[in-house]
Amino acid sequence: MTSGGIRRSFAAWAALALASFGGAAHAEPGPWQLNMTRGVTTWSQVPYDLNNITLGVCAGIGILVFGAMFIAMFRFRKSRGVVAETWSHNTTLEIVWTTIPVIILITLAYLATGGLTSWANTTGSQMTVKITGYQWKWRYDYISYLGKPINNVGFMSKLDALSNATRQLDSGMDPYAVKVGNENTYLRNVDKPLVVPVDTKIRFVITGGDVIHSWWVPQFGWKVDAIPGIVNAAWTDIKTPGTYRGQCGLLCGQDHGFMPIVVVAKSKADFAKWLATQEAQAAALAAAPVTQTAELPAPPAAGKQG
Amino acid sequence: MGQQHDAYFVPAKSYWPFVAAVVMFTTVFGAAHWLNAEPGDTGFGKTVLTIGFVGVLAMFFGWFRSVIRESLAGSYNSQVDTSFRMGMMWFIFSEVMFFGAFFGALFYIRMFSVPWLGGEGRGVLTHEFLWSHYAASWGADGGNGPQHVGGAFHTVAAWGLPLLNTLILLSSSVTVTIAHHALRAGHRGKILVFLGLTVLLGALFLNFQAHEYIEAYRELNLTLHSGVYGATFFLLTGFHGLHVTLGTIMLAVIWFRVLKGHFNKDHHFGFEAVAWYWHFVDVVWLALFMFVYIL
Amino acid sequence: MSHAATHDQHDDHHGAPKNFFQRWCMSTNHKDIGTLYLIFALTMFFIGGSFAMVIRAELFKPGLQLVQPYFFNEMTTLHALVMIFGAIMPAFVGLGNWMIPLMVGAPDMALPRMNNLSFWILPFAFTLLLSTLFMPGGSAAGGWTMLPPLSLQSSSLAYTVFAIHLMGISSIMGAINIIATILNMRAPGMDLLKMPVFVWSWLITAFLLIAVMPVLAGAVTMLLTDKYFGTNFFNPGGGGDPVLYQHIFWFFGHPEVYIMILPAFGIISEVIPTFSRKPIFGYKAMVFAIASIAFLSFIVWAHHMFTVGLPLGADIFFMYATMLIAVPTGVKVFNWVSTMWGGSMTFETPMLFAISFVILFTIGGFSGLMLAMVPADFQYHDTYFVVAHFHYVLVTGALFAIISATYYWLPKWTGRMYSEFWGKVHFWNSVIWVNVLFFPQHFLGLAGMPRRVPDYNVAFANFNMISSIGGFLFGASQLIFLGVLIHCVFFSKKRAADRVWEGAKGLEWTVPSPAPHHTFDVPPVIHEGDLAHGHVND
Ligand code: HEA
Ligand code: HEA
Ligand code: CUA
Ligand SMILES: [Cu+2]
Repeated sequence: MTSGGIRRSFAAWAALALASFGGAAHAEPGPWQLNMTRGVTTWSQVPYDLNNITLGVCAGIGILVFGAMFIAMFRFRKSRGVVAETWSHNTTLEIVWTTIPVIILITLAYLATGGLTSWANTTGSQMTVKITGYQWKWRYDYISYLGKPINNVGFMSKLDALSNATRQLDSGMDPYAVKVGNENTYLRNVDKPLVVPVDTKIRFVITGGDVIHSWWVPQFGWKVDAIPGIVNAAWTDIKTPGTYRGQCGLLCGQDHGFMPIVVVAKSKADFAKWLATQEAQAAALAAAPVTQTAELPAPPAAGKQG
Repeated sequence: MGQQHDAYFVPAKSYWPFVAAVVMFTTVFGAAHWLNAEPGDTGFGKTVLTIGFVGVLAMFFGWFRSVIRESLAGSYNSQVDTSFRMGMMWFIFSEVMFFGAFFGALFYIRMFSVPWLGGEGRGVLTHEFLWSHYAASWGADGGNGPQHVGGAFHTVAAWGLPLLNTLILLSSSVTVTIAHHALRAGHRGKILVFLGLTVLLGALFLNFQAHEYIEAYRELNLTLHSGVYGATFFLLTGFHGLHVTLGTIMLAVIWFRVLKGHFNKDHHFGFEAVAWYWHFVDVVWLALFMFVYIL
Repeated sequence: MSHAATHDQHDDHHGAPKNFFQRWCMSTNHKDIGTLYLIFALTMFFIGGSFAMVIRAELFKPGLQLVQPYFFNEMTTLHALVMIFGAIMPAFVGLGNWMIPLMVGAPDMALPRMNNLSFWILPFAFTLLLSTLFMPGGSAAGGWTMLPPLSLQSSSLAYTVFAIHLMGISSIMGAINIIATILNMRAPGMDLLKMPVFVWSWLITAFLLIAVMPVLAGAVTMLLTDKYFGTNFFNPGGGGDPVLYQHIFWFFGHPEVYIMILPAFGIISEVIPTFSRKPIFGYKAMVFAIASIAFLSFIVWAHHMFTVGLPLGADIFFMYATMLIAVPTGVKVFNWVSTMWGGSMTFETPMLFAISFVILFTIGGFSGLMLAMVPADFQYHDTYFVVAHFHYVLVTGALFAIISATYYWLPKWTGRMYSEFWGKVHFWNSVIWVNVLFFPQHFLGLAGMPRRVPDYNVAFANFNMISSIGGFLFGASQLIFLGVLIHCVFFSKKRAADRVWEGAKGLEWTVPSPAPHHTFDVPPVIHEGDLAHGHVND
């Protein structure tokens, strides 16, 4: 290869590395992605930055320690005729390398603590959505929006039909063919996504219907366990409209890998429209004689998992 | 201690350990099979469990008999004695940690999970969304959780049988100590009397505990199924009762060994091990009396 | 006490009995029992490894090709249980059994019959555990952590729980034996602070075992009663809490991971000085660091539970405590490097594994530190980033240390040298493929792939395929290990010297190779050169 060729291919690799490492380049995980996503909420910057900083610190320490080791392995080999020294301690050194890590750790701890209080603070939210995990689907119930309670808007959200057909053992179907537009959505799409507005502090109250699940959309920067009988809370505020995908984050039985989460963030106006239709539908449903409770929480499918 | 061993002692080969592994396996396999039994089960699991259990008893008998023989033959030097002591001490420590798991559960339930379900601390939302009718409390109302699992029940009053049992166990600790002193002083008659008393007190304790359980089930509707209250109550007192049973049997064995003259003034590890165990059981009871019955 | 009588007790004074059953099933000999443990561990490693191969094969590309999801979960669960309780822990106990009496100048373990029982429980316990695979309802498939309520859905829970009870009993008895041996059976002159670091690490590990195995037993007992006896420990409706199980489990679980690494630290602290021909740097600091790690391990358990919704204060406390562990661990790493510095190194197979241990374990430690940061863990938790973390500390940590120890002491056990060439082939294959296997999993986790899933989106396809290829080749490389072992035990012609390695210090190298069936019938007189640390008269 010519030197120019080398330079060019180096540049190309660097660009690829940067793209895959920068994370922000993709909204959704892409092939060869190396680093965490930056996310699309206020909070999601925190884990992202912390991840990068800690990674950098560790890499630095690693270079020093492994570097010293390689130097030692090169310089102090018997084959070079080196005679072993006999010393076996050095108090100053030992104090130094106890203290320096302590200082580094205090710095990291400081960085990691900042922000946590704001994360835990769900007060002042403008919207509440209740999330319930079931084997193996999610239920979303809209509780309130802008101070007003919402009645009877709630639905189940489960793996989309195409993914579901494709994922069967020996289906003979191609996972690469499961697409929405350009995006491959194999196992990351649902029949009915959760719809929320952007620029709104949304509080999620999260619980489980049968076993423990975990609600996780990487773009939001957290996951929280959905525990039966217990309610956990978390909040988010999405900055950009879009479709954000995640997956159940905790082993919940045989189809744990097949209960994705899709959140569609709409502009406030669009969301208001969407909500209005939903409420109208719910009202119509309530007015009609109740013959079947189609969308009410189904009892957890009993079966063999475990 | 370790100073004067000019030669080490390594015990002879024995088939008891292998037998022990086999009978332990038989027991738990039977038990698991029994627990998993389908409605139309033939009782295979129970049979295996029984065989295993009898096997375990036989194994203990056989193994200890050979150890006692060797001990009487003077095979064990002071180093072996120390090893036995350490073994027993660390075994008791492991038992402490076992009870620790259940006490830990009790504390967690009382300090966190029940109050949280009632809306305290981080349980605000849990209460609001799932259990808003539930007022957390421990004991008769509330101790079985928001769904009142197992239905209404009453708790066992601390100042009745449990108090009596506390006194019984405390005095049994005294009698076993008197027996120990008697052993050191070489008064065989006194040992037999006080050790025998200890065994009787242990049996008495178990008797009362059985009464308590029967009453709890029949009259108080306090059962294993009574929410976390019943669960912690029966598991803690139950495992303790099991240990008292074991301790009583061991004391009885020691009583027979005293009768047979197995111990002398400075060589009576078997006795001491059982005495330690008995004290341990006693201490656990005090903690139980405190945290399960009184508080 | 008459000591004359004691001698009559060992009928097999001058060698191993010929009868197979007598020798292996009735043994009171620490070497034979150690061998049993090691063979058992190797077998279990291969079984657990085959389960991992099923996992990696299914994850080779997107789409389900080989197994049903439920079976996949069974594989994940049993892979972990078999590796942890069947391979790594018994291997350490086996090494302890073989080496501790030799290292402290004891004739045997303190309680030899109990030692035999500790071992023989294991094959039965694993028969019980693995038999569930063939039962109609299948085996446990809720992950090795067995979190309720999911684990309560398993129809064979009772078998799993009892198998764990048995393993716990075995470990506790093994640990009691080790403590009694170290505290009570040392030869005169083998003071506590002159013991090899390996012995120290086992002393502390044994303490951890006795402290936490009963807690695990308690936790699974509550699972058992919740499922079969109608208790409500983990049911909020009855006042319980599924999170309670997690607290109890991880109170066991976190010390458990140090149980799997402290003896490894001990091994590395033997191997590196030997091949650096230089005493271990900062002996006392090394011992103290192990003790500190053990202490801290009791107060960090909830770092596995950052996402369950703990109170904020708890999150922060457990984060700080967890991060602190980097300090004593760092001391160990730095001291290993300093031991090498100024030495006169050679790079035989044990040393190669030890060096790669230091580097790769540290990488695993770094990712551990990243996981300890609460906000970042919200993202990492239950992704392949965690899987990468713990395989670095467990495979290139614990397992590599065990392999290193095997090469290091194999000549002492068998009296023959293994093939250095094939040892090195094994090493280079292992070290390369293990990184191909586990390094990409960091990326997968960061990109958002959850763990414990049988299938995934195509975005994760590349790294999964690389990882699987690494996995198959790493697995295949272990066949070389098997070959080297078999060759050494049965075919090697090259006899090992008593002091197998030039720089080796410690009592174990003063006995012949192979170590005779009985060593130290009388307490040895310790000479200056025999001690690995300290001096005879101080
Ligand atoms: C041998 C086993 C072992 C070891 C030694 C460790 C060591 C550590 N582990 Fe790991 N861990 C596991 C086995 C182990 N772990 C397992 C099996 C799991 C998953 C369980 C499951 O869910 O199934 C797990 C999961 C796990 C989690 C939970 C992740 C999650 O589920 O979200 C966390 C979080 O804090 C964690 C942290 C740590 C830390 C901080 C260390 C520290 O001890 C590491 C300390 C070492 C270093 C840091 C490197 C050397 C130090 C220096 C060179 C000094 C200078 C360094 C600095 C100042 C940074 N581990
Ligand atoms: C000490 C413990 C230990 C060890 C040594 C290993 C070793 C390996 N582990 Fe495992 N692992 C765990 C402990 C361990 N693991 C734990 C605790 C979990 C978490 C479980 C849970 O989520 O509950 C886990 C989970 C886990 C997962 C995640 C599963 C999931 O989340 O669904 C994966 C996936 O790649 C994996 C892979 C491997 C591989 C490829 C090896 C390899 O190193 C194995 C190599 C060995 C062999 C392959 C055997 C020897 C060779 C042969 C039998 C020859 C034949 C083979 C060929 C020719 C290819 N392990
Ligand atoms: Cu739901 Cu995993
Ligand atoms: Cu941990």
